[in-house]
Amino acid sequence: MVEKKSGSHKDRARAASAKKAALGEDIDLSAYVSSTDEQPYQSDPSTLPAKTREQMLGAGVILDDPSQRSGTFIQMDNAPLHSSVRQEGIEVMAVGDALDKYDWLSDYWWQAVAVDTDKYTASVELSQHSGYFIRSLPGHKTDYPVQACLYLSKARLAQNVHNIIIAEEDSELHIITGCTTASDEEAGLHLGVSEFYIKRGARVTFTMIHNWNAETAVRPRTAVIVEEDGLFLSNYVLMKPVRSLQMYPSVTCAGENAAVRFNSILVAAAGSSLDAGSRVILNAREARTEIVSRAITTGGDITARGYIEGNAPDVKGHLECRGLILGGKGTIYAIPELKGTLAGIDLSHEAAVGKIAEEEVEYLMARGLTRDEATATIVRGFLRVDIEGLPPFLAAELQRAVEASERDIM
Amino acid sequence: MGDFALSIEQLGVAVEGRQILRGINLQMKLGETHVLFGPNGSGKTTLLMAIMGFPRYQITEGKIIFKGTDITRLSLDERARLGIGMSFQRPPVVRGVKTRDMVAACLKEQDGEEQRINELAERVNMADFLDRDINYGFSGGEIKRSELMQLLAQKPELTLIDEPESGVDLVNISLIGELLNSLLEKDCPLVDRTCMGLVITHTGHILDYVNARTGYVMCDGVIGCEGDPHEILATIREKGYEECIQCFLRRTPSG
Repeated sequence: MVEKKSGSHKDRARAASAKKAALGEDIDLSAYVSSTDEQPYQSDPSTLPAKTREQMLGAGVILDDPSQRSGTFIQMDNAPLHSSVRQEGIEVMAVGDALDKYDWLSDYWWQAVAVDTDKYTASVELSQHSGYFIRSLPGHKTDYPVQACLYLSKARLAQNVHNIIIAEEDSELHIITGCTTASDEEAGLHLGVSEFYIKRGARVTFTMIHNWNAETAVRPRTAVIVEEDGLFLSNYVLMKPVRSLQMYPSVTCAGENAAVRFNSILVAAAGSSLDAGSRVILNAREARTEIVSRAITTGGDITARGYIEGNAPDVKGHLECRGLILGGKGTIYAIPELKGTLAGIDLSHEAAVGKIAEEEVEYLMARGLTRDEATATIVRGFLRVDIEGLPPFLAAELQRAVEASERDIM
Repeated sequence: MGDFALSIEQLGVAVEGRQILRGINLQMKLGETHVLFGPNGSGKTTLLMAIMGFPRYQITEGKIIFKGTDITRLSLDERARLGIGMSFQRPPVVRGVKTRDMVAACLKEQDGEEQRINELAERVNMADFLDRDINYGFSGGEIKRSELMQLLAQKPELTLIDEPESGVDLVNISLIGELLNSLLEKDCPLVDRTCMGLVITHTGHILDYVNARTGYVMCDGVIGCEGDPHEILATIREKGYEECIQCFLRRTPSG
């Protein structure tokens, strides 16, 4: 699809095709296949089977009533199934179509993420299966979020996508991405490269809900570049089982006063292995970040990472990482890291891992709640991340997504 | 016996295997408020915690009858639902759980819950705290007011309060007195009162705000003296707990 791209990307990818990732279990890519027969393009996604729509809804993707969305992109397995836009100033399309349409797009291709980061990025370059292109034009603001769904329907399938998101100057873009699978038990592999370019004064909120199954391996590779006065706000929710997930999205604040906030909610059931973190590099004066993660294990293993690096005067960063062990043989390994390279920066972190405090349970029981009700209330509170800057309806949707999964945890 | 809404008989309580209370007897009628005096470490708080039913406070002998039900073996939450409530001295912070959520948990009704919560918050001067994590960064007076707000929502028939005046400044003390007063229906004629209170006090200030009928002096895990609370307070103020203890020892044959 992107053969016209420079040969050097292909060369570098080939050289890195066996390069193990720095973190996470090594996935045998040869165990997965590409799809040979693809679903035809659907102009009206509300005609998809009810079960498919229901699964997409579980990941925040609404197909029955698009009035709450300013655009939609759906990819099933290896090919785009649908893309549409409902608002002026927003572009949503398959990334291949965008490359055909815009010559300049090649200037963004593999500029934030290095193609030879590891065998997964190399694999996406060498056998790419579409991905999305979402762009907000200068000065335009989305009223409703753009939704994108990456859907795995076939067994043992590898889905290698490359997404490009560009928020032009002074624009505002809200995106909800839902990733999900058709089957509850078939193995699958999702490799997703996402490159975000947030121009001067632009604001992007990116809410990603992962509803995989207990046999899926997932390796997102995300990097974001934020220019002066830009904002990147990421919300990540993973509450359903997944076999193996490793990701460490990285944001570079390249312009003064750029701001980044990460909120992550991670839940690992028995059999799930998660290694997830957020990395922010503060390279310009007065850039700032806040990274908040909440991890719960009911039997799985979680490594919750965070990294903030301050390389410019008057930058500020805080990292908060809290883990709750609700039983089983689960582990939580919290690794907050800070690096400062000059005076006049302000970086801090706090991390805590433990079980629910009996004192808190008893406090609620003394008000008449049963032990189970008290525990549920405390867990709900633990997962409640108050998100500044998120439009109220998005915050409400996020809250609903979290609440929908709470019952599985308890 | 049927007259008493709370009847504690020969109660013994141990904490982590150590016997703290022995042979406690205490009877309370509907609508009455009783006051516990005693030096630090005499077992006042332990008695309150044991009545509330905290698992750490193990009842080793005797029983507690509340409204005709033997609650000795009932759990903390079962007792709360039967109508026993407690104001915590040092309540825990519960991150992510808002003050509003706590008040909602205390209110059993569903209709007009939102409005009721806002009214209660106005009344205890805590409207700004409703959407904050419960007890997070609260001052001493704020904790007291938040606890009383929850109890006003819960409307327990028996309220257990540990030192309502401690750590409270003079501005707050009258508000807290007023709230206690309303919780324990002070301005209601005794025959119409249905709420009972068992209050621990060090300073006795709180006697100005509640109609306390009976006072007890606890020392070393037993109730040493029982009588008019104002009289007891006057004695303690004049002679200190030492005299109370001496008096108790003189009256105890084996002492």
